[in-house]
Amino acid sequence: MREWRRVIGGSTEGRREKEQQRGDAALWSKCPKCGEVLYRRDLAANLDVCTRCGYHFRMNAYDRIASIADGEFIEIGQDVVSSDPLGWSDKKTYPAKLGADRERSGVSESVLCGFATIGGFPVALGVMDFHFRGGTMGRVAGERITLLLEEAERRKLPCVIFAASGGARMEEGMVALIQLAKTTAAVARFMEAGNFFMTVLTDPTTGGVSASFAFQADVIVAEPKAMIGFAGRRVIEQTIRQRLPDQFQTAEFLLEKGAIDMVVDRRSLKDTLVRLLEYTRHDTKAR
Amino acid sequence: MSNNIIVEREKGMAELERRIAELRAASAAQPLDMSTEVAALEKKYREILQELFGTLSPWEKVHMARHPARPTSLDYISRFDRFDELHGDRHYRDDPSIVGGFALLHSRPVIVIGQQRGRDTRENLRRNFGMPAPEGYRKASRLARLAARLGLPIVTFVDTKGADPGISSEEHAQSEAIASCLQAFATARVPVVATIVGEGGSGGALALAIADHVMMLEHSTYSVASPEGCAAILWSDAGKAEEAAARLKLTADDLRRFGIVDEILAEPLGGAHRNAADVVVRTLAAVDAAVARLSSLPVERLLEERYRKYRLLGEWQDERLKPIGKSH
Repeated sequence: MREWRRVIGGSTEGRREKEQQRGDAALWSKCPKCGEVLYRRDLAANLDVCTRCGYHFRMNAYDRIASIADGEFIEIGQDVVSSDPLGWSDKKTYPAKLGADRERSGVSESVLCGFATIGGFPVALGVMDFHFRGGTMGRVAGERITLLLEEAERRKLPCVIFAASGGARMEEGMVALIQLAKTTAAVARFMEAGNFFMTVLTDPTTGGVSASFAFQADVIVAEPKAMIGFAGRRVIEQTIRQRLPDQFQTAEFLLEKGAIDMVVDRRSLKDTLVRLLEYTRHDTKAR
Repeated sequence: MSNNIIVEREKGMAELERRIAELRAASAAQPLDMSTEVAALEKKYREILQELFGTLSPWEKVHMARHPARPTSLDYISRFDRFDELHGDRHYRDDPSIVGGFALLHSRPVIVIGQQRGRDTRENLRRNFGMPAPEGYRKASRLARLAARLGLPIVTFVDTKGADPGISSEEHAQSEAIASCLQAFATARVPVVATIVGEGGSGGALALAIADHVMMLEHSTYSVASPEGCAAILWSDAGKAEEAAARLKLTADDLRRFGIVDEILAEPLGGAHRNAADVVVRTLAAVDAAVARLSSLPVERLLEERYRKYRLLGEWQDERLKPIGKSH
């Protein structure tokens, strides 16, 4: 991608190396929706949206930042690192799972937080990455998001968070669940102080993350066909013992039900965010 | 045959109880003194009780928390000096799996809210097995806002497997309902005291448990997901629930050590249902003490301490995050 090298973050170098190591295998991607084989560079240039059918691939956090931020992204909370509150171990120990995910995804945890400008507007930006432990929220994600909101409140900046999450992280037990309470409290303070909060729900946004900050925002945007809901599809199907319609829990379904504000194609997402941010600036010049 | 291992275990105890009662009756009716036999049998009974229930594993506690005879939220609420139930979310319907309203706790006016499961199949169907729909959480949010406006402390009782995962709940934005409820409790400008009396399942439980003082009955459980759900998510095998229960650190002792629970309320040997009246009275006394203490704080300090409490729950540095015992 064009701009991601300008992203400031601990893992950028490692990620670049890894892409080079993967070599030819990384050249092609197949669209899971229409089956089209896509040249990786073309796909990246199209913001990971299938050039044929418009399917939105799940995006890496660094690519996402590059697609939204004007240039620099000053990361905060990188030093908040994972720990193992329960001493969890099943087939692998929890620290081993974290290590493997860091290696594979190129991100340090399930969310990256920092400051950037979007169309010239300074914002606090949080981006979740589903490739890291299914975007699950544990202590690190909760702490980073809280730090972001607190710092955004101090700087009186709007906050935009991209959600992509399977919910709370099992391996951290109640320590993970309590992060919902912590981020909720931080969101409430941030909003009560008169600041603007937006979330962009991407595929998938479920469980604890959807039941906390994702749905506490002033404006909620979603990407086309993103799966969004409280309970996972499998859980519901097991509960009701029947198959759900395909449209169920899609972004479009939620728009119709009144749960979100708009569904926006990734290729016009940045423009949309800029338009919305303009309303938060009373001194914005008329265009 | 119950699928509750505690209920199964109690069947033999019930037989022993019946024999003791028979012997007592016979002893009273006859001139023959059988008090030594009665005493011997009672001693044996107590020994078995101690053996079966003296120490419970996490999995046994999961079953204890789900015991059909375990006191439910209404068993506590009905022992308040007065309770006037309020209904409805003002949008769509009333959800019977959350009950709430005005109450007098030792003559102090409060708003009380609790998740309510049923004792039998019929009531369970009506109350959706204690799994609230969005309408339930919206009712809870409404009551929390009412409490804040009137300056009434909020008292909650938590007892749910989790929020309802059905079609209509998704259509009515379950996520938003829980997210708003969390916000209502996090920002309520009055003291909030929560007690986990049975099962505390996931976000659906947390929605009523952001509080200044969180209490938990000794054999209640509180976890990020039900053990069955956790096993299904991680290992695609709900049958490994017992293993998940052991790993999740969902007991009152574990959570007290994590600082997530502030106070543990002891239960009689064999569980709260063995002396429900006493458990209810002691619980209400503990709730009252917590409300009294918190009510004496200026509201700004109360809110600051609530924020700091949850703020610090994630900032634990490694000393407190060290694994508790390497039992696995």
